Amino acid sequence: MKHVNAVVIGSGAAGGIVAKELAVAGLSVVLLERGPWYTANDCRKDDLRNQRTTMLGNAFGPEDEGNPRVSVDASGTTRTWLPSEGGYQNNAACVGGGTLSYGGQAWRYLPQDFRMKSTYGAPPGSSLEDWPITYDDLEPFYEKAEYEIGVSGDYSGTPFHGPRRRPLPMPPLPPNREFYILEPAAKRLGLHPFHIPMTRNSVPYNGRGPCMRCRWCVGFACEVDAKNGSQNTVIPTALATGNCELRTECMAKEILTDDRGRARGVAYFDARKHLVEQPCDLVVVSACAIESARLLLNSKSRLFPNGIGNRYDMVGRNLQGHHYTGAVGFFDYDTYDDIGPGGSIAITDYNHGTPGLCGGGMLANEFIRLPIHMIDRLPQGTPRWGLGHKQGMRAAYKRNIQVFGPTQQIPTADARVTLDHTVRDKWGIPVARISGNVHPHTFEIGDVQAQRAEAWLKEAGAISTIKLSNKSTSVSAGQHQAGTCRMGNDPKGSVVDRDCRIHDVDNVFVIDGSVHVNNGGFNPVLTIMAIAYMASASLVRNWKGTGLKS
Amino acid sequence: MIATAAAGTALLSGCFSSHNAGWEFLTDGTAATLKAICDQIVPADDFPSASQAGVLTYIDRQLTRHYRRHQRTYLAGLEQANRISRERFGAALESASPQQQLAVVTALESQNRAFFSLVREHTLEGYYGSPRHGGNRDAVSWRMLGIDEPPLRGRAQYDLRKGSPS
Repeated sequence: MKHVNAVVIGSGAAGGIVAKELAVAGLSVVLLERGPWYTANDCRKDDLRNQRTTMLGNAFGPEDEGNPRVSVDASGTTRTWLPSEGGYQNNAACVGGGTLSYGGQAWRYLPQDFRMKSTYGAPPGSSLEDWPITYDDLEPFYEKAEYEIGVSGDYSGTPFHGPRRRPLPMPPLPPNREFYILEPAAKRLGLHPFHIPMTRNSVPYNGRGPCMRCRWCVGFACEVDAKNGSQNTVIPTALATGNCELRTECMAKEILTDDRGRARGVAYFDARKHLVEQPCDLVVVSACAIESARLLLNSKSRLFPNGIGNRYDMVGRNLQGHHYTGAVGFFDYDTYDDIGPGGSIAITDYNHGTPGLCGGGMLANEFIRLPIHMIDRLPQGTPRWGLGHKQGMRAAYKRNIQVFGPTQQIPTADARVTLDHTVRDKWGIPVARISGNVHPHTFEIGDVQAQRAEAWLKEAGAISTIKLSNKSTSVSAGQHQAGTCRMGNDPKGSVVDRDCRIHDVDNVFVIDGSVHVNNGGFNPVLTIMAIAYMASASLVRNWKGTGLKS
Repeated sequence: MIATAAAGTALLSGCFSSHNAGWEFLTDGTAATLKAICDQIVPADDFPSASQAGVLTYIDRQLTRHYRRHQRTYLAGLEQANRISRERFGAALESASPQQQLAVVTALESQNRAFFSLVREHTLEGYYGSPRHGGNRDAVSWRMLGIDEPPLRGRAQYDLRKGSPS
């Protein structure tokens, strides 16, 4: 197979950007994606089979057949999971990855999120650390992501955000009814509500039209292509350079190394399940936290008997995502207006600065809830089935608002991805084994956040509320998965350096949520994108100085 | 999976009519029992019950597709429901009175939580989920909840009677 400069594994939030940046800089790039490229024809609105409610399967991969994972819970019980089951901790497997079907909240982390240990100290039993980069280092790349991918919103209502040089490129969508109900209540509480930043066109942008405000957003592909992801922004740009070849339905098996311990290529199964080798100068792993760790651990050789980058047993550790906590408020009038996407208003007053808590989290109203989402979110005392449940659905469906958010997760080294050598996928590759739990302080933060959401809803006039406090006994990862290839200056305590380069292999990079030192109290995707731009810029600089050529 | 389910069917065939009138997995006998359970989970009022809205079609189809792995749980659970009904009321569940059926399903919930949780979830999926899978016939539950089906996309933004902004 013809030698190329770079192989990028995974075409999601980070991989698409890296492929584009390298291709534009003149490198020849092969972009491997295990899933297919879905188009507008594939975006049917099936509330039982999409990427968020998956009882009948994942709409955007992986398929349930032949893609298992294993988990071990706190009691030591081992279980095998299908990709459409919650314990699998799925994101997606398709061109664009999670960005094809996400809700698209496009948050910058706050400056303190990069300085968690300095700000709060590490709680006992946690692996809380500072990042080797600061908010200021990342700021220009946040801006680049906001402009190249396309973000709408308006930060002017809040002082609780990091310094920024330019406003967002698009105004927010006009408010929906929930916004108008929640905004004055937040202000009465002394809070600073504002429009959620979203990777969604509110006006024509990047050659595509604006959101048509349908009720099917998070979990679905956008049928008018107004939601911005890798698949409709950077990947088409990468392909247009002529330097990037996208190979879909190709599953990476391992990174191949030479006698000197440098990567020489990638072995992968092509769409016909033939094992092939793609030689290259450098490898970028952007397969999302669980699969990136799995690929490194599966890349064993004489020099790397425990996998690439794993000399100090750090690959796969610090797995984290987000526990969502908040509340549902029930009202005595219709709050539902059928104007999508639904999520519209947020506060970041509570992300930092609460005595006794290591961080906090953003709170926002939820996207439109489809009927199936409400069956277990009814007022206290509603029967779980029978006439009372049916009437409860009828009374509450259009009369509720949900406020919740991602709780700042306190990482632990025990929450980790390893390999399960007894369970293999359809290609015969050992699957990911997920073990460990959440640090108890995460639950303490979540309890406070749920109370705050409840207070906001009550101030807005809710006649009753239920708290959503997630206290699962297993690690959270899922669509916000992060942390497994931590970025750091110390090779013994991290996997990659500040440029996302693996400490002891100078031509292998991990560029995705895996490198997050912590995951902030926000949806992580814009940070993943900003890091991809930053790491790509330094990679291209080094390349031009021939720093990478073997 | 199919083989074990077939064995399960044979094992239980004494208890149910094995006639299969257009079902993919169920028989007329198992369908009658399942109907009684589903219609307790979503009973009829001004709007149809679970079975009237096509929930049995939804569950039957999925038991040969995405929920194949639950076939044995279903057969054992339906058998148990009939056993409870016979012990308490001397009749199969389908022949018991509505009050008796409610008592049996309540007992089933505590005696076989795994099966009841499944059948509750699947019934609510069939009733409130997309009509494309055989349940929620004519989008009846969505109309019950007052959401437009089919939706007129973008309508709400421009319909001044709604009093919405923009």
